[in-house]
Amino acid sequence: MTTTKKQLHRIDLIFKNEDDCKEILRNALSRSDQEIVNEMVNSGLKGRGGAGFPTGLKWKLTAESKEKEKYVICNADEGEPGTFKDREILTRVPHKVLSGMAICAKIIGAQKGYIYLRGEYKFLVPDLKKELRKFHDILDELGLDFRVDIFLGSGAYICGEESALIESMEGKRGEPRNKPPFPSVKGFKGKPTVVNNVETLAHSYTILKFGAKKFRDLGVKDSRGSKVFSVSGDTPIPGIYELELGMTVQDFVDDFSDGDCKAVQVGGASGFLVPRKRFGKTTIGYQGKLTGISLPTGGSMMIFNSSRSMYNVLNNYLDFFEEESCGQCTPCRVGCQQLLKGIKAVKRGEKPTSYLNQLLKLTETMKLTAKCGLGQSVANSFSSIVENFREEMIY
Amino acid sequence: MSNMVNLTINGIAVSVEEDKTILEAAKELHIKIPTLCYHKDLCVAGNCRVCVVEQVGNHKLVASCATPVSEGMEINTNTLKVRNCRKHIIELLLTEHREECTKCYRNGHCELQELSAEYQITNQDFIDLVPDKNYTIDMLSPAIEKDDSKCIRCQRCVRTCAEIQSVGAIAVAHKGSEMKISTFFDRSLDEVVCTNCGQCIVHCPTGALTEKSYVEKVWDAIADPEAHVVVQTAPAVRVGLGEELGLGSGTRVTEKMVSALRRLGFDSVLDTNFTADLTIMEEGTELLTRLKRALVEDDPDVALPMATSCSPGWVKYIEHKYPEYLPNLSTCKSPQQMFGALAKTYYAKNIKVAPENIVSVSIMPCTAKKFEANRPEMKDSGYKDVDFVLTTRELAVMIRQAGIEFEKLNDESFDSIMGIGSGAGVIFGATGGVMEAALRTAYEIVTGREVPFDNLEITPVRGLEGVKEATVKIEGTVKEWDFLEGVELKCAVTNGLENAHQLMEAIKRGDKFYHFIEIMACPGGCLGGGGQPFPVDNEIRLKRMEAIYAEDRDLPIRKSHENPEIIQIYKEFLEKPLSHKSHKLLHTSYVKREQY
Repeated sequence: MTTTKKQLHRIDLIFKNEDDCKEILRNALSRSDQEIVNEMVNSGLKGRGGAGFPTGLKWKLTAESKEKEKYVICNADEGEPGTFKDREILTRVPHKVLSGMAICAKIIGAQKGYIYLRGEYKFLVPDLKKELRKFHDILDELGLDFRVDIFLGSGAYICGEESALIESMEGKRGEPRNKPPFPSVKGFKGKPTVVNNVETLAHSYTILKFGAKKFRDLGVKDSRGSKVFSVSGDTPIPGIYELELGMTVQDFVDDFSDGDCKAVQVGGASGFLVPRKRFGKTTIGYQGKLTGISLPTGGSMMIFNSSRSMYNVLNNYLDFFEEESCGQCTPCRVGCQQLLKGIKAVKRGEKPTSYLNQLLKLTETMKLTAKCGLGQSVANSFSSIVENFREEMIY
Repeated sequence: MSNMVNLTINGIAVSVEEDKTILEAAKELHIKIPTLCYHKDLCVAGNCRVCVVEQVGNHKLVASCATPVSEGMEINTNTLKVRNCRKHIIELLLTEHREECTKCYRNGHCELQELSAEYQITNQDFIDLVPDKNYTIDMLSPAIEKDDSKCIRCQRCVRTCAEIQSVGAIAVAHKGSEMKISTFFDRSLDEVVCTNCGQCIVHCPTGALTEKSYVEKVWDAIADPEAHVVVQTAPAVRVGLGEELGLGSGTRVTEKMVSALRRLGFDSVLDTNFTADLTIMEEGTELLTRLKRALVEDDPDVALPMATSCSPGWVKYIEHKYPEYLPNLSTCKSPQQMFGALAKTYYAKNIKVAPENIVSVSIMPCTAKKFEANRPEMKDSGYKDVDFVLTTRELAVMIRQAGIEFEKLNDESFDSIMGIGSGAGVIFGATGGVMEAALRTAYEIVTGREVPFDNLEITPVRGLEGVKEATVKIEGTVKEWDFLEGVELKCAVTNGLENAHQLMEAIKRGDKFYHFIEIMACPGGCLGGGGQPFPVDNEIRLKRMEAIYAEDRDLPIRKSHENPEIIQIYKEFLEKPLSHKSHKLLHTSYVKREQY
């Protein structure tokens, strides 16, 4: 069992605007690569985009490759509905993200990095460019051969998936690749590549500044550290909050809801809906994804009060996926269309209510057989909403 | 040799090379895993997900076509979970697919249909998505029809067009439910860079891409008492047709084909091999003339290497992609079009039928020939030179419709005139064949001796390799050609337009110099053409190729210039190669086309 904290712990690590990245980098450059990798591994940091792959291990695997040409990519294609934390991090503390990239580059042996910026975040480019110039000066001063460029996405949700992101950067259609090989072996231009979420890179800065222990002391087993949440929906205090991992949904709701909360969607449209009766038993973290006990999230927490129709909520998500599936694999492309058309048909009485059970079986197939991580998770909202709010789908 | 990896599939141990996939390992154990988007000719896509299998220790299923084997892997291909998922996936594909199997051109030859029969998809529970889709059918091209409502988005056509053909006429457009296979600005295939090679058709698992069929028009012509219907058959048809009629790959059916065509009611059954021989006479002379201009007259305007022009897919490709090299293209029409021009002139006069009453039909292994016959310049006889082009597959349709028991037919031979072909004509059907045939004749014209290869078999230009090169040193020339004494004639042969692209780039960069290049648009040459039977892979191509060369070996005449009907036509009608009359009827010109 994971232990849960009684009270929500607000953390202020990410957004604390320290102006010491030169020192942090200088210090990091003086340490051995092995030492830093160990620090990262020991911190327990896991990917903050939502998938939760151990960051230290990712760096380690890429560092082990003998290839000369390698790349670091910052995934800033923040497209999950209800997620808006990376934008804030890039606006307020871009130097932490850049420092994270530089340290990663030093360890794996990359000379070139890219920020894959969501097309809709184009307005961030002028400020980021200014920041990049300053940062490159610092790198020159420290003698680190590394440069970062910005690559603007073109608006496809799927390009947040790391291999589709790489395809897109190579000028191809944004479609996930077959894995293996993973990007750590064959990534951008076929070379070993680390793709990290914006927040993950910012955390690596914290870890190098304060050491693995300080990070590890936060959170619970298997879900260490803090996480930036994008809180939206029926809450009097929507916004961006850095919280300790391992909280229960109940803890979260106690702090953020006005008392009227029937469900929380954890992890955006591709995440899970948690109904009130499960608030106390569900923690936010990385373990037990499939048991439903603890849920991972890219940071989106959407609060729904009693006035919300869960049918409309689901309809909205499915509309999104029907359009945003890249369309290459059958289960995701056709599955999303069937789920969307299916709930409409049941609502209108064109299909019997038992059809929902058939669709639930279909979601199992989608989870088991879709080509990429996003395809495997598009049906999460369907299964969790239909299982918990079946009557709202029908009446 | 690469390292071996041990794994078990359905509890059976197997040891395979480490670069193999689960699908390939299963094949070694004779375990069939169904596939749709997978094709041996193409890179792995892993997008249909029909081939999923269970890997012990992995909660998710894995696509066996895209997953490499690893040591100790335990795979199960036939669990309840796997079967249920596969069934779901087939059902999902069917909901996007317009199910009119009985009205479909691919009825009985469709991989989706086969799979849905295998998995007994008898009731469709999911919602039919077709009525809400804005599917279009592109019927404007004279060669290829594209019906989006039959498409299962496996992208085999896209990969074929890009990888094998380096054309990229079709690509994936849009995403999600709108995702489709489309062209530049969704134009008709007739208005884009498409070469009409039809490789997309032979690689399509369903009826989404088919040739434009002219079967009914040909039946109409046969039924017309006024019409004198002549048919010509290309060399590669005789080694492919059998496959479509239940015989093994590479079965030679020339004589049975002739007898079937006669029973179908064609008034005269003739051979494209005749005009293949004629092509050699014209093209060979054109090559020697170009060499003379270059070597003796120092003419700076002579375009070398000279490239063959028999393959209409290649001709359209160069018109789109390398228009600056159009002067290099031989001005000779393809054998089909030479035949068409002669059918309504020389032949008509000879059998005393008014040319306007002649309907000229050709049976081709090719879909681009349909386009070629429709080119506006192909009317040198004063009429449309070739009226209808049928593929090998369409001929098989007619034979089945006519109730002919193909295997039981007697052997019959072609009519005359224009019915005799040499072995050199036959080998036009395989990549390297035109080169070999041309060398057999040109070398002999120049030196008075046979080409210095055993049994006339110029093996360096044979086989499926992408680019084959040969150098023939010309020695002991006769007086008329003594300027060629000591010249090393440099030749290259390639098949598949991606290989042609590579060759053209090498020539363009100046890395390579040749005098003569043979380019065929399809892998393996015409025997692997877009009008040949399904399915196709290199194993099948090789069998057809063996059959072509066996056909050559068994013919009494193996050199074009020794074909008596060729000697006769020059005597009675054309005078000599590159004569005024030849130029009018047998040669053509080309146009520059857009890049997209």
